[in-house]
Amino acid sequence: MEIERRELSLPGSYIDIVEGREVESLKESCQQPIPDSDSWLETELRRNVLLTTVDYVIDWARSRSVFPLMFGLACCAFEMIATAASRFDIARFGMDIFRWSPRQADLMIVAGTITWKMAPAVKLVYEQMAEPKWVIAMGACAISGGTFRESYSVVPGLNRIVPVDVYVPGCPPRPEGLIHGIRLIHQKISRDTIKKV
Amino acid sequence: MTVVLDYEAVARRLSEEFPGSVMESGKSGIVVKSERLRELAGFLRDSSEFEFDYLANLTAVDYLDYFEVVYHLVSLTNNHSLALKVRCTDRDKPVVPSVVDVWRAADFQEREVYDLMGIVFEGHPNLKRLFLWEGFIGHPLRKDYL
Repeated sequence: MEIERRELSLPGSYIDIVEGREVESLKESCQQPIPDSDSWLETELRRNVLLTTVDYVIDWARSRSVFPLMFGLACCAFEMIATAASRFDIARFGMDIFRWSPRQADLMIVAGTITWKMAPAVKLVYEQMAEPKWVIAMGACAISGGTFRESYSVVPGLNRIVPVDVYVPGCPPRPEGLIHGIRLIHQKISRDTIKKV
Repeated sequence: MTVVLDYEAVARRLSEEFPGSVMESGKSGIVVKSERLRELAGFLRDSSEFEFDYLANLTAVDYLDYFEVVYHLVSLTNNHSLALKVRCTDRDKPVVPSVVDVWRAADFQEREVYDLMGIVFEGHPNLKRLFLWEGFIGHPLRKDYL
């Protein structure tokens, strides 16, 4: 055991000296940072200046983070659920999260028949949403009352109680139809201005 | 599915127990007198031969000459079922005794029938409109409602 230890200790100290010199010389030669390569950047980015308008940036941000309100009144809600699920996947448009609270939602998708007894709740939920807010009337019932237009208990169209931005027809509309309506909302948002008129 | 009882046999049995209470019995159910409804309901629920412990459905039909309130009774113990019916002829103020204290399930069902058909259930603890709002005029499922 003792012999082995002695044999190791002699070359060991030599290795330590060599290592110490190596560290010192590397530290000496590395006093300045190596410049990042920018050759892969495109010309505009290399100049590092972007010119745009405030409206464009705000609309860009808003239209790509529209949070819908979790809100299903009738059978259209199932198409809305399918739209949110993996096959149609509105997370592609930055709409991952259906908010339960109107305070956190930007888009109210009214999916289904609105009865007069439910109408005050629909109006209240719309009023609780923070500005800016948008509304989709989804399906024949929400647009005009649909089959139940003449009924004693059905609101003949969502636009009787709240202003509507996009109407998505169908009974019920397919998820593709709702996605088209959502894309129209995005287009509408991207034409908005923050200027007070 | 439950076994549908032979209505004629049940009607005979009920006539034995409560003479004069059964008006008619056919293939669609047993029609009983509304003033005898509560004692019949209590008997149908408590007697061991019937033991209708579950009111599956309560609805009403407008036949223009009269209203008919239909009780679909099911016995979960004996696995059989029965359609019990009650008529009321007065269109202006149709009254039927409430069976809420016999079957709690009748609570909302009777309110729905009151709301849409305008039949008053005497003895109901909280008889007010269920689907429509206070102030709504008329009872929309009546045949003469327009």
